[in-house]
Amino acid sequence: MSTAATGAAGAGRRAGDEPVLDVRGLHVRTRHTELLSDVDLTIRRGERVGLIGESGSGKSLTALAVLGLLGEGLTATGGVHLAGHEGNLLERSEGGLARIRGDDMAMVFQEPMTALNPTMRVGAQVAEAMTVHGSASRSQARRRAVDLLDQVGLPDPEHAARAYPHQLSGGQRQRVVAAIALANDPVLLVCDEPTTALDVTVQALVLDLIVTGVQSRDAALLFITHDLAVVATVCERVLVMYGGRIVEAGPVGQVFTDPRHQYTAGLLAASDLTAAGARRERSALPTIPGTVPPAGRFPDGCVFRNRCPAATGQCATRPPWTPRGDHGAGETASGYACFYPAGGELR
Amino acid sequence: MSEAGSPAGMMPSTPVVGTGRRHLNPSLFVGGGLVLLVVAMALVSYVWTPYPPMRVLGTEAYQTPNADFWLGTDRFRRDVLSQILVGARTTLYVGVVAVGVAALVGVPLGILAAMSGGWLGQTVMRANDILLAFPALLLAIMFAALYGGSTQVAMIAIGIATIPSFARITRSGALGVMSTDYVTAARAAGHGPFAIALRHVLPNVAGLVIVQASVAFAIAILAEAALAYLGLGTPTGQASWGRMLYEAQSTLRSAPHLVLVPGAAIALAVLGFNLFGDGLRDYLDPKLERR
Amino acid sequence: MLLRLAHRFGVLVASLVASSLVVFGFMQVLPGNPARVALGVNASEAAVAQMTAEYGLDRPLVVQYLDWVGGMLTLDPGIEYVSKAPIGPQVADRLGVTLWLVVAAMLLAFVVAVPVGVWMAVRHRHADGVVLSGVSQVGVAVPAFLAGILLISVFAVRLGWVPSGGWVPPAQDPVEFLRRLVLPAVSLALVQGSVLARYVRSAVLDVLREDYLRTARAKGLRPMEALWKHGLRNAAVPVVTVLGLQLATLLVGAVVVERVFVIPGLGSLLIDSVAGRELLTVQTVVMVLVVAVLVINFVVDALYLAIDPRLRTAR
Repeated sequence: MSTAATGAAGAGRRAGDEPVLDVRGLHVRTRHTELLSDVDLTIRRGERVGLIGESGSGKSLTALAVLGLLGEGLTATGGVHLAGHEGNLLERSEGGLARIRGDDMAMVFQEPMTALNPTMRVGAQVAEAMTVHGSASRSQARRRAVDLLDQVGLPDPEHAARAYPHQLSGGQRQRVVAAIALANDPVLLVCDEPTTALDVTVQALVLDLIVTGVQSRDAALLFITHDLAVVATVCERVLVMYGGRIVEAGPVGQVFTDPRHQYTAGLLAASDLTAAGARRERSALPTIPGTVPPAGRFPDGCVFRNRCPAATGQCATRPPWTPRGDHGAGETASGYACFYPAGGELR
Repeated sequence: MSEAGSPAGMMPSTPVVGTGRRHLNPSLFVGGGLVLLVVAMALVSYVWTPYPPMRVLGTEAYQTPNADFWLGTDRFRRDVLSQILVGARTTLYVGVVAVGVAALVGVPLGILAAMSGGWLGQTVMRANDILLAFPALLLAIMFAALYGGSTQVAMIAIGIATIPSFARITRSGALGVMSTDYVTAARAAGHGPFAIALRHVLPNVAGLVIVQASVAFAIAILAEAALAYLGLGTPTGQASWGRMLYEAQSTLRSAPHLVLVPGAAIALAVLGFNLFGDGLRDYLDPKLERR
Repeated sequence: MLLRLAHRFGVLVASLVASSLVVFGFMQVLPGNPARVALGVNASEAAVAQMTAEYGLDRPLVVQYLDWVGGMLTLDPGIEYVSKAPIGPQVADRLGVTLWLVVAAMLLAFVVAVPVGVWMAVRHRHADGVVLSGVSQVGVAVPAFLAGILLISVFAVRLGWVPSGGWVPPAQDPVEFLRRLVLPAVSLALVQGSVLARYVRSAVLDVLREDYLRTARAKGLRPMEALWKHGLRNAAVPVVTVLGLQLATLLVGAVVVERVFVIPGLGSLLIDSVAGRELLTVQTVVMVLVVAVLVINFVVDALYLAIDPRLRTAR
């Protein structure tokens, strides 16, 4: 994986100051329960940010809320700002959002097997991304679709453009989805577990093409995954999510080697990257006690306190955000929300 | 997705919380209520009807609903309510016979087709497809041509025409069950096909079959009404909602209630079984979300 | 693709042969002596013997079967037992009437049910969607002939806008033809439209949950645009199935509505033949209807292949 070195070493050292994506106090709720609470995040031009957490922590919801693709019955409040677009995206009409989606902000989904229309040729689906925004005429779009398919590494792109999705493998389909997302050179690309459904051998190739695609366009990347190794490969900065909140943030190297939030610490211990070779002794591996509660059943105060070894009565009040270091992207870019930070020792 | 081939650094996986509790939905309630109402009417008719249903009473014909005759009287000076109550029996009888024939033949055939595969399964399903080319009403008319019009003949015909839908749905359900690990385990443990069919397959397709039965019941009611209307179903002198409609048609202008009452009874019964089937399907398969 | 189509065609031909054997066996073999059935229990032995000879009912069954099939293929299945009228022209005539009725009803149902079904699906969480859905449930539950009777009572009897029944061929008087077609077509369409709308609703609901619709929206399509461009074709597969089934049931089911409106359609011929013990006519009409059903099924299969590319390569 050629991108591994840039990922870890270049953390937090990029210039390019204006944020491409700025999310402030994002809440998402159903009629009865709050699913996301007070999420802040900022991504600068060319920055690659990972969003990690267990299933049900609210990662995908964050992505969908940013793109305005939340399902019926879910409402988002707060602020979402995208460079080059006036005002709060959450207050835009569906039509206003549709003009930005697929143009300046694009998304790659988790499940390549179902993400493409089975009754439409692949080339036409890529070309549509351009014609719908008027960025190319019909015939131009068709030609550029073939180019894009070539860019994302599909062998024989001419032939692939005429194929139907079921004639392609999972990895190839995900490349097509990536081609659709990159078609209009977005300033922000959101990827929701783009490689989880793929074979391990294909994962690296798809990750590589995403990183290359983002780098060549100097676009911002929000990369959602539950795979810590993937984050370390792809991202410069990481956000840790639990119970619908961001509990810790910072450069990948810092968070992964010196976590502060008790949840992050537990997570890293449980999936100990360095001791991966010892995996065959499963029983000896540390785990986080308990399980993630269903949505709406998280404790108030610190959402992690019912599973936390360090929790006290104080944790019944919500821990404030403690900035850590002086990160160029602002104080939400690096810090944690914990009364009893893990204090730097490696566990 | 976390099993097999997960690279180092995977998160500790937590079991995904099972979504969709089974909840009683309005379709199930309303449908069940209507079905119970029909059953109750049929039961009541055995112990009590306001008047003997088919007897010509010493009163005026074409009465609109009044204190003595709650739903009025027909042109033969018979009490409408009494006929409606007794007619509920015919309606249920019709559904039970048709659905009974269809399920008793269709379900075993479907299981057979699923379990035996090969030429036997193929033959069963091919025969099924041929039968599918005969719409229920057509088959009923063919039967009537040979054996004369009667409720039993009509309903056996409707039942036979409904066999394919039961066989198909059972087969697809059974195929699902056959590929599960516990059936493989049962096979490995030396259980015979008959035991497996009884102990594993049948219980697992029961839900599908019950839903199908509810829908088929509604279709049978509609078919009986149509046949009675054509003069090929329930003969004169026997209470049947379809028959009542047929007799009332010519007096539509002077006595519309004679059409509306049995018409509403049929529609409500059909609605009831349809809703009940829909509601049951949602209840048994919470994954489908509520529609 | 062509191979699949050829295979389907083979199935069609095989089904035609098999079902003709079923019909023949059922109508000619099962009853023992058809002449006895045709003439009734009280007929004299002499009359039965005469009819048996006249129609060659004592020939080997294989010969009789081939004779009948040959007659149907040359559009001349024979003459009626009792009335001695030729069957072919009658059936053709009646089939024409029924087709007008069924096609008009189906078109009407389709034109109304598809938009309504899509609407019910898109608005399934809103009051209007739920109410429409409930109305369609009631529509499914009303027998077509009841709808016909009620329509007559309102539009023919009370308002007097259209005649309460009868039939005028379109060539003879197009306006009168339409005036008499509208009520029976509407009463069939009410029920079929309700059924169709419910299937459209559930097919669209399924499609609305599909990931590719979200992909389309992420591309920048508005929700209705995404549904239109990506959803409808995918929703069409189950809907086409239902359309085929409905067309098939309507051909037979129209008989009840034909009765209500005194329309001389194929179904009426069938019922009259049953009442008049014209077994050969019954047999022929049944076969014509079965052929129609099988051909419709074949067309539906061919449409699948056109709609869903996945099916073209499978198997």
